[in-house]
Formats: sequence, C-alpha cells, structure tokens
Amino acid sequence: MPQAERRERIFDGAVQESKPENEKMKFAVKAWSKSGRARVGLLQLSSSFAQGGPPAKEIEIETPALLLTTRKGLPAFISPDHLSSLPSPDSRLLQFSPMHFMEGPNSNTISTIGGVHQLLGLPDYGFIALPRDSILSLPECSSSNKHGASFETPCGRFLVKPLEYMKMISSMKPDLWVSLADEVHASVTVKRNKASVDRTIRWLDDCISLKSTDGALFGSIVGGSSIEERQHCAQEVAKRNVSGFYLGGFGLGDNVDERSKLLHAVTDLLPKEKPRQVCGLGLPEEVLQGVAAGIDLFDSMYIYHLTLGGFALIFPLDGKCKQVWDSQQIAMGSDGTKINLKATIYRKDTSRIVDGCICYTCQNHTKAYINHLLNVHEMLAQILLEIHNTHHYLCFFRVIREAIREGRFAELRHTFIENRRDYLLAASLGSRVL
Amino acid sequence: MMALRFEVLGRFNRARAARLTLPHFTSETPLFMPVGTQGTIKGLTTKQLEEIGCQIILGNTYHLALRPTSELIDELGGLHKFMNWPRALLTDSGGFQMVSLLHLADITEEGVTFQSPVDGKPMLLTPEESIQIQNRIGADIIMALDDVVKTTITGPRIEEAMHRTLRWIDRCIAAHKRPREQNLFGIVQGGLDPVLRDLCVQGLVERNLPGYAIGGLAGGEDKDSFWRVVAQCTASLPETKPRYVMGVGYPLDIVVCSALGADMYDCVYPTRTARFGTALVPGGVLRLKHQSMSADTRPIDSTCECMVCKKYTRAYLHCLVTKDAMGSQLLSYHNLYYMMQLSRNLHSSIIQGTFPEFVCNFLRNMFPKGDVPEWVCNAMEVAGVDISSCCHNT
Ligand SMILES: [Zn+2]
Ligand SMILES: [Zn+2]
Repeated sequence: MPQAERRERIFDGAVQESKPENEKMKFAVKAWSKSGRARVGLLQLSSSFAQGGPPAKEIEIETPALLLTTRKGLPAFISPDHLSSLPSPDSRLLQFSPMHFMEGPNSNTISTIGGVHQLLGLPDYGFIALPRDSILSLPECSSSNKHGASFETPCGRFLVKPLEYMKMISSMKPDLWVSLADEVHASVTVKRNKASVDRTIRWLDDCISLKSTDGALFGSIVGGSSIEERQHCAQEVAKRNVSGFYLGGFGLGDNVDERSKLLHAVTDLLPKEKPRQVCGLGLPEEVLQGVAAGIDLFDSMYIYHLTLGGFALIFPLDGKCKQVWDSQQIAMGSDGTKINLKATIYRKDTSRIVDGCICYTCQNHTKAYINHLLNVHEMLAQILLEIHNTHHYLCFFRVIREAIREGRFAELRHTFIENRRDYLLAASLGSRVL
Repeated sequence: MMALRFEVLGRFNRARAARLTLPHFTSETPLFMPVGTQGTIKGLTTKQLEEIGCQIILGNTYHLALRPTSELIDELGGLHKFMNWPRALLTDSGGFQMVSLLHLADITEEGVTFQSPVDGKPMLLTPEESIQIQNRIGADIIMALDDVVKTTITGPRIEEAMHRTLRWIDRCIAAHKRPREQNLFGIVQGGLDPVLRDLCVQGLVERNLPGYAIGGLAGGEDKDSFWRVVAQCTASLPETKPRYVMGVGYPLDIVVCSALGADMYDCVYPTRTARFGTALVPGGVLRLKHQSMSADTRPIDSTCECMVCKKYTRAYLHCLVTKDAMGSQLLSYHNLYYMMQLSRNLHSSIIQGTFPEFVCNFLRNMFPKGDVPEWVCNAMEVAGVDISSCCHNT
C-alpha cells in the first residue's frame, strides 16, 4: 500500500467510534445435527472496522471452521501470496497470540502501523487474538498468580496482567479477542483449579472494564477436569456482555475419554446463538469430538506439527472416509490419515500427495520432489506441506459442515473413527505377517 | 552445435542488452541468475520465482549428484520436471564445489579426486563424468569442468591450471551427448595474469562454444584486479556469444561488469544475506536485525514494487528475521526481486540509450556523498561511461 494511503487509514483508525457489542460480529446457527449439539453456523465480520477505513467487504465464514494458527500473525511457512490461493473464504480467519509480539514490535508501533491487519498486510482477513496457542505461547500455570497469567514463549516467560493484555489488544485491533484466562494443567489440585476459575472471571471483568477496542470479545471459560467448576465458570461468563465463548484448558494433559463429558457440560449451559471456540483439540478425531459437543472454531496447530514431521494428510474427503489399504503405506507407519514423505518409498513416486487435490502443492509437485526436499532439509518442503495440509484440513471442515447439514454427522464421525481403528488393526496384523 | 540464440538488441559502448533464447526460455541480459543449490531456491516456490521475474536459475551439480542423484533426476524426466521449473536452468561442473567444500579434493590430469562425503572412499570426477552428470540433469546451459585455482595464488600453478582447463574442454566437448538441447559453456581461467587469460580466451574461442564464462574471480582478489580481468576477457571474447561472470553477485559488481560488456551473473549472496536479516536496497544494504528497525514503520525500500515492500514494515520484518522461517522467505523474495529489477533496469537503459544516466543514478544512491570507489571510476572510464556527475573524489 502506498505510504500516503496507509497514513490516511491510520488517521481514520484513530477517530473510529466504538460500536455496541452485538454489531462487531454476527453469528447465526443455520443447521443442527440430529443429536442437537453439532451445528453449522455463519460467522460474519466486517473487516473494515479494525482499520476504520472505507467499508471493506464482509468476511462470512461458515462454522465449524478452522482458524489458521500463526507465528506472529502469518502461518509458519505460507507467505501471504500463497495464503490467498487456499480455499476462500474458509481460510480467512487467522489466530495469533499477542504474546508473539513480546519482543516487538511494541504496542505503540503496532498502533501506528494500524493494528494487525495492516501489520500483516492482510486487510481482508479476520484476526482472532488468543492469549495462548499450542506453539509459541504456552500457559505456564505454576508461575501465574492472582495478578496475571504466565506464558512460556521462545523469548522467555512472561507474566501478563489484564491491563497489559488490554493495552496489546487495543493496539492490535483484532476482529475477535479472547479474555485473559488462567489456563491450568489437568493435574493441578482442586484448590488451584478453583482459583483459576475465580481469576479467569475476575480478569474477564477487568478486560471488559478496560476495553477500548471494537473487536468482539469472547469470554474465557476454564475449570479443568471438574464439571462443577466448568459449569460455574460457564454460567458466570454467560452473564457478561460477551459475543462468544472460549473453552480453555484443553490439550493440557486432559483425558480425551472424559473430554466429551466436560465439553457437553459447558456447551449445554451456553446460549445457543453465540459462537464457541476451543484451543488444543487438533487431531481429526478431536475435532469431530469438539464439533459433536457444539464447538464452532478450532485452531490448526495440528497442521503445524504434521508439517514439521514431514507428514501429509491423505484421508479421503468424500464424506464416507473409505480407505484403500495400501500394505506399503502400512509398513511405513501410516495410519490411513497421513503419510510420511520422508519415507524411502516416495523417492521415485511421481504421483501427487492426493490425486485430484487442487492445492498449489498437488497441482505443481510430486511426492518424489518433496521427499528430496525433506532429505536435504530445504524449507520448501515445509512450505509445500503446510499448503497441502491446510488445504486438506479446510476441506475436512467443509465435509463436516455438509454432513451436519445433511443429517449425517454422527455417521461421518463414527465411520471416520472406525476406519482409523480398522486401519491400525490391519497395520498391526500386517506387521505381524511381515 | 548450439542450442541457443544470442541477439544483441542494444549497446552502449561495451555494454550490451541482448535476447538469449534457450531451449526452455527466452531471457533478457544483462541477467542475474539466482542459485538454487539443491533443486530449490531456499524458501521460495517456483510460482514466486516466476513472479519475481527469474529467468535462469542455477543448480549445483555436486549437490544434486549426491542427492537425489543425477540418475534419479534423469529417470524422473530431468531437473526442469523434477522441480517443476518451466524456465531455463544452468548447472555448474561440480568441480568448484568440490574444491571449495571438501578438504581432501585434489586435482590431477585425470580430474578432481576427492573423498566421498557419503562413505569416505576416494572418488574421481573427470571432465567426461561431469558432462555426463550434467547431461542427465538436463539444464539449458552446462559448464565445462575447469581447473579452479584461487586468484590469490600466484606462480606456475596458475599456468598449469589454464593449460589443463584447455585440455579438459576438448574432453568435455567430446563427452557432451546432448548438444542440441544443452549448451556447453567454456570457462576462461588464468588468474590475474593478462597473458594467461588471453591464451585461454583464444584457446576457447577456437572451439566455437555457445557461450563463455569468466571463471576464477570473486575469490578474494582486489577489486582493481577483478574488473581488469573482466574488461580484458570481455574485450576479446566474441561479440555474438553470451559472457557469464561466475560467482559475481554484488549489485555494484554487476553494474560495473555490465558496463564492461558482460551479460550473466550468479551468486548466493542475495538469498544467503536474506537469511541473516540483510535486505538489498538502492543505498546498499539494510540490516533488519538492527535495533533501529524495531519501530521503523517504513517498507524496506519505498521505491520497490515487490509484494514484501507493498505489505510489510521494517518493524515487522525486524521481529521475524533470523527467528522465523517467514523472515527469510520474505527477505529472500525482496532481495531476488531487487536483483531482477536491477537486471531489467540494466537491460532497458541500454536499449533506451540511457545507460549512463542509470549508472549515475545507481552510484548516487549507493554513494550519496560522491565517494565512488576508485576502481569503479577506473572501470567506468574504460567502459566509456561518464560518471563525473556523481563522482566527487578526484
Ligand atoms: Zn494437495
Ligand atoms: Zn521489495
């Protein structure tokens, strides 16, 4: 953007007026699954308010949706030009943690630049600020205290108080933001867990009284593995003036088998017309579990970890999840949902990761080439894998939405999990035969 | 036999702007060629390389022969197809990489002997083998195996290397199996000795090769020796063939060499320096790691049209560089864009007859106080480019 124009926008941004909470973001449930919890919703953001500039087009995203997890606002390896080639509008929600910017740029500089949309050169994207993520900003509950929450980041451990957090939020101007929470590990004592609920509610009140931003607020709900604490927290948060909810404390040592119970206990108490976000549920099974409990927004740290490990997602996206069992793939330790492109069998494999996939990677490159890039530790391997995996996972969410709309969600979830179980069984039998 | 067409479209004294038609792409010179050592330019997709305007990219034979091996590349249809690069490619002979990367490399009449980095066994790269490997990789331009000697070395070794390079060129020509699809360039050696350089040029020109490279430079010699070798070689190489100065990549060196009549350049500098957080700008370099960048809300270069300069501030790049993969991706993108824009500007200013103005403008940006190095002034005098308006040291 030319300098003059950029400056003008910043100026406009300074005189923006505060909008009432219900106009910052719109959300409507469009369809329910038979079980009554999983739902398809429509999330609408008007991207213009964050910069205050001329009315930009609205971002309309159907939920359940994947928020792209970022490092400092951009996906780890996908540059903005390739970002725009991902399915749209599905890929237009980016999640970041204000803690990513602890080492800079500082709040004043980000404010001068005009907030995260300008900082990242993505005015047409929706940005969601969340204190924690599962990559660069991990809650460090043993160091959190009554004054603030502690986070472990690549540039050290930080204790963040509500006032500092709100200063960051108001300079960054995200479309949505999550209140500061005291997220604790599942193993903490009953007393510590109770304290985390009290703090999280108090910090929500602090955030509400300190806020000076137009972004829509999602109230944090914690409570660890205690149903009572979670329900208490959910009821308190639901009383506040919030646009949506964030369910914290998952993916922090919690038991996957008990998770559905906890999720249901919370979502059943929340008003149906407001969106719910979660962090830490990454695997396809976990996403399906979350969707079944009525969660609308998920993060994509799973993609990041797959990509770093050299994995590519391959599970079918026809909604039936029928697998073709390939004995070679089984031998390479594939679980039927993903393959490891570092494996020697791909050395001469000139096929695409997924036949018929329209992502940039599959349209342009072979498994053999990515295998070579991984072997020689070239960054292009991660770029290509993150593009494909993100594309594939966004399509998975599309399949989930279709299934809910067509009343097949429970069936989809069941088939997916059964197939994976069968595949792993076949793999174990196969290895025994070999 | 040659698989290229070289048409000079415009000249300014010794400088020329040409159209170089290669089997996979028609490129325009003067031209910077980015180095993609292992079948990729670090951190950039081929789509981005096309957007940036890259026309020819380099692959390193030594690295590709190790992994994924030239046999595999051949089996999968050549390097163009393997990396999905539709435009032109150039591979080096592999000899230089061996001598510079391996401690135990030794050059004999037969070839370059070295210890295999895989199993430690003694190996030999002959001129025949280098060409065979490059034939398998399938680049538009392949380079003869030469006897590389550091320019800082003096004495009989330089003479030996020059004569050996000439003996080896015949073995390379004889071994070249795909002259209709690949162009074999000979490399002028001879250190800093004008007599040896002259003998080597004459010897190579007699072989009537599709193009010629000036080798053995950019190895720590002083700048005055450097430009004089380039000037001498370009003066005696044929007008109708492309001239490639190997390993040269600083913007200033490219401008000087182009003024002296060179056409092609390659260097890892723009992408390597990007990974260390340095951006190329008209004023020289911008170190984005520097603390002063942390609150700087300007783009890297307000005159640059690249994606990175249109979208990002120095402050944001400051927090990415040397820490996040995205930092080196974005800086490499800008730096290569800068080099390709420099190439385009050289080409168009020569064609439009505004080459001296372009050079003066370039020097004024880089040396705003007028302290243009003396070697540049000397080279420009020989090139017949008047830079007195931007040159205040007498
Ligand atoms: Zn794909
Ligand atoms: Zn730029």
